[in-house]
Amino acid sequence: MLSFILRRLMQTLPVLFGVSLLVFSLLHLIPGDPAVLIAGENAPKEQIANIHERLGLNDPLPIQYWNYMWNIIQGDLGTSFRTGRPVIEEIASRFPITFQLSVYSTIFSIFLGLIAGVIAATYKNSFIDTSIMVIALFGLSLPNFWLGLMLIQWFAIGQTPWLPFSTSWFSPSGWGSFQQMVLPVITLGTAGAAMIARMTRSSMLDVLNEDYIQTARAKGLSERKVIYRHALRSAIIPVITVIGIQFGFLLGGSVVTEQVFAINGLGRLLMNSITNRDFPVVQGIVLVISFTFVIVHLIVDILYHVFNKRMKMNG
Amino acid sequence: MTKDKSVMNMENRSLISRIFSNKTASISFIFILCLVFIAVIGPYLTVYDPNVPDTSNRLASPSAKHFFGTDHHGRDIFTRIIHGMPLSLYIGVISVLIGATIGVVLGMISGYYGGFIDSFIMRCMDVLFAFPGILLALALVSVLGNSLHHLILAVSIFLVPMFARIVRSSTLAICQLEYIDAMKVLGASDIRIIFKHIFPNIVSPIIVQATLSIASAILTASTLSFLGLGVQPPTPEWGAMLNEGKDYMYQAPHVAFFPGLAIMFVVLVFHIFGDGLRDVLDPKSKK
Repeated sequence: MLSFILRRLMQTLPVLFGVSLLVFSLLHLIPGDPAVLIAGENAPKEQIANIHERLGLNDPLPIQYWNYMWNIIQGDLGTSFRTGRPVIEEIASRFPITFQLSVYSTIFSIFLGLIAGVIAATYKNSFIDTSIMVIALFGLSLPNFWLGLMLIQWFAIGQTPWLPFSTSWFSPSGWGSFQQMVLPVITLGTAGAAMIARMTRSSMLDVLNEDYIQTARAKGLSERKVIYRHALRSAIIPVITVIGIQFGFLLGGSVVTEQVFAINGLGRLLMNSITNRDFPVVQGIVLVISFTFVIVHLIVDILYHVFNKRMKMNG
Repeated sequence: MTKDKSVMNMENRSLISRIFSNKTASISFIFILCLVFIAVIGPYLTVYDPNVPDTSNRLASPSAKHFFGTDHHGRDIFTRIIHGMPLSLYIGVISVLIGATIGVVLGMISGYYGGFIDSFIMRCMDVLFAFPGILLALALVSVLGNSLHHLILAVSIFLVPMFARIVRSSTLAICQLEYIDAMKVLGASDIRIIFKHIFPNIVSPIIVQATLSIASAILTASTLSFLGLGVQPPTPEWGAMLNEGKDYMYQAPHVAFFPGLAIMFVVLVFHIFGDGLRDVLDPKSKK
């Protein structure tokens, strides 16, 4: 167990190193001089030179990277070009919102996806199965920004004559109250739910073909018991492995959802910083989101390993 | 040489006939052909100009004159969607071609050589995978600047790790087989073994993945355009059209409705085709 966790940690370190290296080089991919970006096109030469000196842009690249890393380890992600505030402060105030949005959406997609997948597998090749799978395909193909806009149109604005019914019960923007959270969570979680439903279905079908399920049936167990007691328990394992990845996709996808619903999370900050060409903030957000993803993925992997081992010992 | 060609033809013919042996695959394949047809011919057949504003006709609702209504400049939305079709297919296909080529080569090298090269390549792929969803593409376009080609580049890089992983595991499986050892003993060069003997045997999963990737490439590209990155207005890119349309949601919901429907339809067709192809070419991976 410990050796697995250690090995997994050792695999994660080079990834974090690579991510930081890539994010660091982002700033150097920008065409032009970052100092000109800060000071403006017509800034005097001395000011530009000053900024170069202050940001350490005159140092050789490896030294710059070393300083960058050293600062990250100390919790310093640089200062915003725009506001002059430390990037870490800007991120810290927004991070919880994005994290909540991703967690709730993950829960939503797991819940919906598992139920839909199990039902589809139970009624294999029936009308119900086909409908669920067709809906899941639509869910995978929907652009989620469009889904968000349509949900706003339908359930938040509520004055659309050409829709069969509409309501203004939910809020079209912001984050905090239940009315504000429902639509963004659906928007962000739908694609994931579709993916999980498809996975659950095919993994359930695999398991239902196994010998021991036939044995359980032959023993005279009710179909419900066979499915929930026996099949689902092993069918769920491959689904658990995707949850970490799923969470990451939602973390990245929250950029769009936050933009559509005007939620002041990391994603919105990222888009504003991109528009303002505030690259330290862009760098900081990309780094924080990726690190969060890698660490959540690591935790899910370790939990899965523990869970799987216990299942094996019990079964 | 002629012998090679006839073998290629047999392969192609069997691929097409295999597609038509499956109902889902054949119907969606016909749909894809229609989309390509619309993309090639459609722009010449539309009545309106996609980019000329008509201020007397702003935000008109769908009617017989304007099937999908008009946008905030009075431009016909149906026309703009038709003109956006070749662009979306172009972005989807080109970025998959680039992403798949890089991913396939890296994956084959990784699986064939193993050892240090393998771990190095795979750790690099892990790094690319560590940027969740569209984040890396977003960061790249924002840094490189908005243009169609930067958008395609960003989407291709987004697709590379997926191909590399799939190809690596297929390559590993092929390398276990005896005939690869036999080729080595016969003194065939590594490049010859990789491209002549491994590649043809892993084409099926690559084709399936490529089809599904076209769907996600189109979706990713339109997402970036929606966010105001990549393709810029007035180009009739569907994501960019939605981005403009969202400001008129209260007065004219159809402006945002139809471009989204177009994206969904195209992506859906490629998804269904990919699923069908998987059933035909690669039945083991699903069932």
